[in-house]
Amino acid sequence: MSIDLSQFHQVFFEESFEGLQTMESSLLDIDCENLDSETINCIFRAAHSIKGSSSTFGFTEVAEFTHVLETLLDQVREGSRQLSQDHIELLLQSVDCLNGMLTALQSEQPVDTQQSKQLIEQFNCILNGSEPEAAASESASAKAVEETAQSKEVASEAASSISNGDITTWQITFIPDVNLLRTGNEPLRMFRELAELGELTVTAKLDNLPDLPALNPEECYLGWEMYLDTREDKQKIEEVFEWVVDESELHISVAGGLFDFEEDAGAAESLESAQPSPVVEVETPAEVVVKPEKPAVAAKAAEATLGPKETAKTSESTSIRVSIEKIDSLVNLVGELVITQSMLGQLGTEFDLSKLANLQEGLAQLEHNTRELQESVMRIRMLPISFTFSRFPRMVRDLSRQLGKKIELKLSGEQTELDKTVMEKIGDPLVHLVRNALDHGLETPEDRIAAGKPETGTITLNAFHQSGNIMIEIIDDGRGLNKEKILQKAIQNGVIIEQEQLSDEQVQDLIFQPGFSTAEQVTDVSGRGVGMDVVRRNIQELNGGIEVKSVEGEGSTFTIRLPLTLAILDGQLIQVGDQTYIVPLVSIVESLQPDMNLINHVAGGCDVFRLRDEYIPIIKLWEVFGEEPRSRELSESLLVVVEVGSAKVAIVVDELLGQQQVVIKSMETNYKKVEGISGATILGDGTVSLILDVTDLVQMAGDQQNSKNGLKLVSSKTWAA
Amino acid sequence: MNTAEERTYENADTELAGRENEQTDQYLTFIMAEEEYGVDILRVQEIRGWESVTPIPNAPSHIKGVINLRGTIVPIIDLRQRFGLSKVDYGPLTVVIVLKVNTEKGARVMGIVVDAVSDVYSLSSDDMKSAPDLGDQVNTSYIKGLVNVNSKMVILLDINELLGADTIPDVSLSALKELKESN
Repeated sequence: MSIDLSQFHQVFFEESFEGLQTMESSLLDIDCENLDSETINCIFRAAHSIKGSSSTFGFTEVAEFTHVLETLLDQVREGSRQLSQDHIELLLQSVDCLNGMLTALQSEQPVDTQQSKQLIEQFNCILNGSEPEAAASESASAKAVEETAQSKEVASEAASSISNGDITTWQITFIPDVNLLRTGNEPLRMFRELAELGELTVTAKLDNLPDLPALNPEECYLGWEMYLDTREDKQKIEEVFEWVVDESELHISVAGGLFDFEEDAGAAESLESAQPSPVVEVETPAEVVVKPEKPAVAAKAAEATLGPKETAKTSESTSIRVSIEKIDSLVNLVGELVITQSMLGQLGTEFDLSKLANLQEGLAQLEHNTRELQESVMRIRMLPISFTFSRFPRMVRDLSRQLGKKIELKLSGEQTELDKTVMEKIGDPLVHLVRNALDHGLETPEDRIAAGKPETGTITLNAFHQSGNIMIEIIDDGRGLNKEKILQKAIQNGVIIEQEQLSDEQVQDLIFQPGFSTAEQVTDVSGRGVGMDVVRRNIQELNGGIEVKSVEGEGSTFTIRLPLTLAILDGQLIQVGDQTYIVPLVSIVESLQPDMNLINHVAGGCDVFRLRDEYIPIIKLWEVFGEEPRSRELSESLLVVVEVGSAKVAIVVDELLGQQQVVIKSMETNYKKVEGISGATILGDGTVSLILDVTDLVQMAGDQQNSKNGLKLVSSKTWAA
Repeated sequence: MNTAEERTYENADTELAGRENEQTDQYLTFIMAEEEYGVDILRVQEIRGWESVTPIPNAPSHIKGVINLRGTIVPIIDLRQRFGLSKVDYGPLTVVIVLKVNTEKGARVMGIVVDAVSDVYSLSSDDMKSAPDLGDQVNTSYIKGLVNVNSKMVILLDINELLGADTIPDVSLSALKELKESN
């Protein structure tokens, strides 16, 4: 009976990654002197289940590797080996290596076994140091091959023998077309080339040779049988015959092998570890060519080709794990909804005016149920932020060693829940900020002592909810932002002019400008390319914001504000001409009727509005979007002041309609990204309304300002088109 | 059904090259400026009457806007304007054919505005003549082939070519006239 195991691959990967995470966090918790047996057991269990399931699925490399790892852990667990800091380091490296291998397997990429081989060596060294039992596994791979008994196939053994780096004997049969010489090809030259690859033995086949009178000297009657002993792979051999392969009979096979091996780099990779893509092709009698990632699977795949189809590509799908309580509450709510629906249905069949109160009550209940249901469904997408935070202990540990700093990482609010999509997108900016804090923020122990601070620096990651947003704080007690340096850099870059008077806040905000890194030298850790401007932009794309507060000598605090979800948005409905648009409520500062005395027309086609002590560029939405407004006079319109980061613009609208929660639908699903529009939604009456992308609009206003400054002479008319 | 669908998904151009087995495909035809056009019926999701759309700012004129199709945002394309034909006012008979288009970025749902829906024909690939080469000036890649049905020419459109690309090439009226004459 054959079961298609590939359907379980997704689950396998998820479980394995989870296992790796457990291993990593447990490893970081280990205190060598005071070993907690439960922690070791926990790591062992994770490793063991990865090994078990990977061998079930035929991922031999992973199984082989985990086996060695497990052997060491087993000894520690039994108490026959003392765990040292070096061991932990090695185990952490193995976790990384496994992570890489699994990621490669998941995306159906060939696995790079170089690192795992090195690590296996190291493990074997440790294991051989004391244990005679482990010495038996001098060839870890050989043992593991036997261990993963699934790969019994001849082909797999042949294949693994190749990847073990032996010289392979290739049998090459070459019977060229009679016209070979006429096309300018010279067999002798090919033989010379082959001889360069290794030991070559050639036998000519004279079967077709005619009698001398019938012989045409311009035709080729010979065929050749060759044996080539080489370390090179089949591709190299094929290259020699590249020009003639179409018009000749050519067979290349492993001498004595049952299968024709087409090996691309597989052998070479383990020998020279130069080529990154080992692919083994197995030609079965059925002439179906499959390209599995590795030799052991080759056997399985060869077996599979006896079935009707080629190995199908598994599409990568993301999934989410939801706690059973959330599902239960959902089921309850649906139950309530059904009850309300049947109540209303009954009411509808025998309705008269006396029951109006009942109807209203029922409708209120329906609304209540719907809202709760919506919230519950949204909650399914929410995950605790610990999923993102969990990567930092390891990162801080590695970096603090690398940088020679003593750092303590404090995490709080890990249970704060966040939408999965937001979480995925906030990961990289957070990593960047933490790296920055480590590298630039915190001082070296010597500097810290000199400054009268404790030797160990502290980085705190804190997450909490605040008025419908999630806030993430990255706090360090390092040297803080250097105002002078920032100002200098800003003047140097032409971001500000020298005389400009800026508040501390404004100065600190400058670090989010493009091309702004005050790091004197580019280090491995930070200061390379991705600047704070990218961090800010990434966060703004999520409809969030980032701020920094810093006291020189005492440290900095970065605060990220993010919406709880990307699926629903509080929107302000506005009317421009015949169209209704939606402005995200979070970005609206205020809406007002403009006082014409406060509006100035700046040369270049840009109007600015003075809001208290600020000049704000005005965007005429009808102009940008090519609409016909009710009135072109500003005095008859309303201004909606929106803010992104620290930039503000005033959008001219005909009318403010109402506020409501809208479900965001993507325009890109069936169309494409539209400038100035972040998405669409469906209003109560079933019509589509477009949601304004405030960030885009502010950038548009920025372009307009550039034109005002004479940097770019674009009139607002052409810009609008 | 399923296999037929897959075949048409992938082998739009191999159909031009012709197949060994005599299979027929069904085509939905519609009228536009007195010409009859056909699309693979398996790509047709539904046929709707014209309803008002929400225009997309700064979109090309043939993109009329988007509609709400049971919760999905679907762009509507005026095929007349797309082909550079004269504009007509939308009336009660104006029809939107909602199609599933395969693009590089996956399947997309789009609607095309046409004058009226005509008929469904079963056509074999042998009946189909490839579009004549009209020189470099005229892009005919969106034409799957030409077919004579009851001594009337039907232009079979390759939906993926026609609507799949983000940038939509210009197809002028003169090109179509030329096409008709050469046929």
